[in-house]
Amino acid sequence: MNSLLSIVCFIPMLAAIILALFLRGDDEASRQNARWLALIATTASFLLSLLILAGFEPGGGFQFVEEREWIGGLTYKMGVDGISVLFVMLTTFLMPLVILSTWEVQVRVKEYMIAFLLLETLMLGVFMALDLILFYLFFEGGLIPMFLIIGIWGGKDRIYAAFKFFLYTFLGSVLMLVAMLAMYGDAGTTDIVALLDHTFDFGTIEVLGIQIVGGLQTLLWLAFFASFAVKMPMWPVHTWLPDAHVQAPTAGSVVLAAILLKLGGYGFLRFSLPMFPVASELLAPFVLWISAIAIVYASLVALAQTDMKKLVAYSSVAHMGYVTAGIFAANQQGLDGAIFQMISHGFISGALFLCVGVIYDRMHTREIDAYGGLVNRMPQYALIFMLFTMANVGLPGTSGFVGEFLTLMGMFQANTWVAAVATTGVILSASYGLWLYRRVVMGDLIKESLRSITDLTARERWIFAPLVAMTILLGVYPAPVLDRIGPAVAELLQDRNLALDAAGLTGPAEVAQAN
Amino acid sequence: MTTIILFAPLLGALICGFGWRLMGEKAGQWTATGLLFLAALLSWIVFFSFDGEAERVQVLRWIESGTLSTDWAIRLDRLTAIMLIVITTVSALVHLYSFGYMAHDENFRENEPYRARFFAYLSFFTFAMLMLVTADNLVQMFFGWEGVGLASYLLIGFYFRKPSANAAAIKAFVVNRVGDFGFLLGILALYLLVDSVQFDTIFAAGPQLAETQLTFLWRDWTAVEVVAVLLFIGAMGKSAQLFLHTWLPDAMEGPTPVSALIHAATMVTAGVFLVCRMSPIMEYAPNAMMFVTVIGASTAFFAATVGLVQTDIKRVIAYSTCSQLGYMFVAAGVGVYSVAMFHLFTHAFFKAMLFLGAGSVIHGMHHEQDMRNYGGLRKKLPYTFWAMMIGTLAITGVGIPLTHIGFAGFLSKDAVIESAWGAQSGVGNYAFWLLVLAAAMTSFYSWRLMFLTFYGKPRGDRHTHEHAHESPMVMLAPLGVLALGAVFSGMVWYGSFFGDHAQVNRFFGIPAHAEAAAADDHGAESGGAGDDIGEGLGQALEEVAEGDAAAALEDITEPTADGHGGEGTHAEVMAGGWEAGAIYMAPDNHVMDEAHHAPAWVKASPFFAMLIGFVLAWLMYIRRPDTPAKFAAAARPAYLFLLNKWYFDEIYDFVFVRPANWVARTLWKRGDGTIIDGAINGIALGIVPFFTRLAGRAQSGYLFHYAFAMVLGIAILITWMTLAGGAN
Repeated sequence: MNSLLSIVCFIPMLAAIILALFLRGDDEASRQNARWLALIATTASFLLSLLILAGFEPGGGFQFVEEREWIGGLTYKMGVDGISVLFVMLTTFLMPLVILSTWEVQVRVKEYMIAFLLLETLMLGVFMALDLILFYLFFEGGLIPMFLIIGIWGGKDRIYAAFKFFLYTFLGSVLMLVAMLAMYGDAGTTDIVALLDHTFDFGTIEVLGIQIVGGLQTLLWLAFFASFAVKMPMWPVHTWLPDAHVQAPTAGSVVLAAILLKLGGYGFLRFSLPMFPVASELLAPFVLWISAIAIVYASLVALAQTDMKKLVAYSSVAHMGYVTAGIFAANQQGLDGAIFQMISHGFISGALFLCVGVIYDRMHTREIDAYGGLVNRMPQYALIFMLFTMANVGLPGTSGFVGEFLTLMGMFQANTWVAAVATTGVILSASYGLWLYRRVVMGDLIKESLRSITDLTARERWIFAPLVAMTILLGVYPAPVLDRIGPAVAELLQDRNLALDAAGLTGPAEVAQAN
Repeated sequence: MTTIILFAPLLGALICGFGWRLMGEKAGQWTATGLLFLAALLSWIVFFSFDGEAERVQVLRWIESGTLSTDWAIRLDRLTAIMLIVITTVSALVHLYSFGYMAHDENFRENEPYRARFFAYLSFFTFAMLMLVTADNLVQMFFGWEGVGLASYLLIGFYFRKPSANAAAIKAFVVNRVGDFGFLLGILALYLLVDSVQFDTIFAAGPQLAETQLTFLWRDWTAVEVVAVLLFIGAMGKSAQLFLHTWLPDAMEGPTPVSALIHAATMVTAGVFLVCRMSPIMEYAPNAMMFVTVIGASTAFFAATVGLVQTDIKRVIAYSTCSQLGYMFVAAGVGVYSVAMFHLFTHAFFKAMLFLGAGSVIHGMHHEQDMRNYGGLRKKLPYTFWAMMIGTLAITGVGIPLTHIGFAGFLSKDAVIESAWGAQSGVGNYAFWLLVLAAAMTSFYSWRLMFLTFYGKPRGDRHTHEHAHESPMVMLAPLGVLALGAVFSGMVWYGSFFGDHAQVNRFFGIPAHAEAAAADDHGAESGGAGDDIGEGLGQALEEVAEGDAAAALEDITEPTADGHGGEGTHAEVMAGGWEAGAIYMAPDNHVMDEAHHAPAWVKASPFFAMLIGFVLAWLMYIRRPDTPAKFAAAARPAYLFLLNKWYFDEIYDFVFVRPANWVARTLWKRGDGTIIDGAINGIALGIVPFFTRLAGRAQSGYLFHYAFAMVLGIAILITWMTLAGGAN
């Protein structure tokens, strides 16, 4: 099984090719075939990925590594470590559910399935790639299916949203591209494993008469930051997200929130922090404060929303604030928490968008004011929505708490004031979460239009069931995740500390005791 | 055994909440109730057989990250044991009571299932509360802390069709979260300082934390002060102390059994429990404890003043709860944690009883809650009347002054007031006087409630009065059991909570060696009289009560001064800090001894305050029922001030809620819209027209073919660029 990663990664693409080449016609039967093929492919990918999880050894560095020659002298190199393996699992776990959630779509079903299948391959590729060029291809390529999903199957302002999404991410991509070229120039390799060991120059240099402390590292860090910060998204470059979410179809929103947003965080963990330790240390206060602002700002803005999806989108921005702050707190709890938060947010925000989707499918509106009193006719839905609202609020016992708590703990060690500001998020998230829940679910059912609304169907229950299970399981027993990421994070921090010592900068004292 | 106690309610909640569709509502309700009674029975066994040694049962690993290690584990010590019986007993009785109270509810439609859901929530609450008190680390405690918050939210909003109930539910959760903000920061700070969240490690670090300096808010504090204040902010939220109290009166929107269980007997006392639990830390934070005392005393006073004029029967009791919680904090604040727990313990019985009694009245009066529409119900609801009478006698503190014979509240409340006096400090005196005033007001509003409800002539809707009926047995039986507690719990356990040092130490499992000298003296005197109280199940209740009466007598006849005898020894072992035991009182903490030796006027003052309150209430509501209206008219501003609860809600709305909404809208429209999007559009101005032209032509997906081509082009471009770069 030396090519397990590739198999897992490319099964969906294979299915997409089969669909594109062999599936003809647009009758109900062929639509059904497209759906089933997509479901089978994503499920197969998930089942095989369980082998990765089973064979993965915590603390064993990069595993399942494949290295091959590729076109034009490039290297094809894949592998997973404790930081990436769970993102792979998250992706393969969620995709069958996403496909299931598109079951009722009737427009261009074949193309829709192809887009999601391609998207899965590309996202998996990002988490598995161990070569700079390969990473870039997957990273940027992932945009394309997402554009298509928003642009073809989206709402009425989809062009504007897709366009904004594109403009934002494009700017970052260009800078990242330049940085990658510079890295290759400096290190002479595109192998990520080798780059992790390479020390980029951090002597102060002068560019256009401006002194740049941290030199090349700082410049590279900033270039990557431009790309990843948009992807996260971090304040103040977050405004594409609410628009993209609002216009995207439900399944698109789920993928966007649950997986695509994690690419930025993963990038920080894979590139910024370990490859540019000096620059990270220098710029950490900046990121910490931006993150704290993001949490408060996005939570406040969420309070004012009238569109359900926008509210959830802003809440995502706030939750990603915990992630970036946790990462740049650069200690065991912060990093563990950041990764955990991303995984958990994948389940929770995905589920929340599905919750919005459930009633959108029935009523074709996301306006909060159009609802009210759903509990009267949809008790199961009310229960599910309550659970995920509480998970989003970070109630202990759900996975949302573990990530939030650990990142806060990390932040507190790095900067108590940042932690104090970020902690106000627990008050604000409760406010917007419950306020939304009250207006949609609670109260008497007065609106005439809702009189005949129906509760969850069996299919919808099957989609929610695994998400519910994961949210509670990881909330009560997070060890399966923490045990896997812990050693990898400890190793990362150790290397980082050595690098900082060598550079004459002492890292935060906590890092030393973190292992 | 504790594991069964802990998980029985969870099991009940799950079976009842999810299984009722299969087994029917009745069966679900009985399952939940049965499991709760089982838990209650086991709790009493645990309580009586507990030997003072803390035990730990590991259940499951939880959050582990670096040096942070938290488990799901059960810690059983005296504090836990006390809370176990309070929670499971009241909860079991409330479950039983709810069979009657929730049998019919006009808030729900015909045949609409709601009872199983109600019981499931109640059981879930009980589980979360048990988690809170059995936690062996702060994070697990936080789980319980938030879990009860969730249960409280669900139960306050139980009548989900009522907008007011929904609003109250959100308010409760959010205000509690404000407190949690402090609690959470407290946990983080403690971890940063001692590298652990385990209680044992934290407790042992008390002296060391007292040495650590921390800069916070422009000045230096000892670390322990900061931590103590942060944790106390959490306690203020949960226990509805001044400034974070506004949710509690609104929480009365929930069904009355909920008010009895959550908002009187158990959840709201979690803050007091937290402060007592953290006593090994609190003892080193004198400034923080002053803060606790001042807030507690002010709350007791404030809530009592508001309680004077409320007309909703549940709101009167709610403010009374708020006020009594203030009493508990005063006791904890002056350092007599055992007395705080004592009042918590007795209060649970009589306050649950008052609420359930009020519920019985409301039930009998067809959900009328305004006392102005009651009157003369003594005959119609005889059992309820007597239950409420016992509750009132207990809360107002009726007993024989200078002895230890009286209703539960008499012993515990007087102990609090004596402790406040015993602090012999500025804040202690502040607290003492406010508490005595509050005691007079407590008596006034409690008797006012009794007189308005059960005496005089029927007022309000005649039809309702004609159909007023006594509640069914299933509701009256719990009242009877609680009545036992309201009458006897004070006398039986007085010695254990507020007796001499040896007795209290033994009860709480505090190692004797430091106090050995003093304890010996004590032991010799009080030996054999009332010391083994609560230690063996074998001892029948009568015996215990007897023994205590003897101890009580002894205390009256011999106001001894031994506490001072051991002082020299105390001072020498000062540096030792906490070693074991459920609570910790620093060796130089003599407040309890001082309280024991308070002059007679101090000890008698609450009694006279109570008398004054009673006489005033009698004059105003029985003798001359027209006086209250005259008073209200004569001092209208003061009356309105109290009626509107000191305008806290209005002020908060003006200071927090509106600005937050304004800021939210502004950030969204101006910040996101004008500034960020504006700037980005500005930057992109060069490219935008180009793309919009494309977009103009583009139908649906066409634009994306362009995008596709572009990104692909870039990818190919870099491939070649890197290849070229590589060649160099």
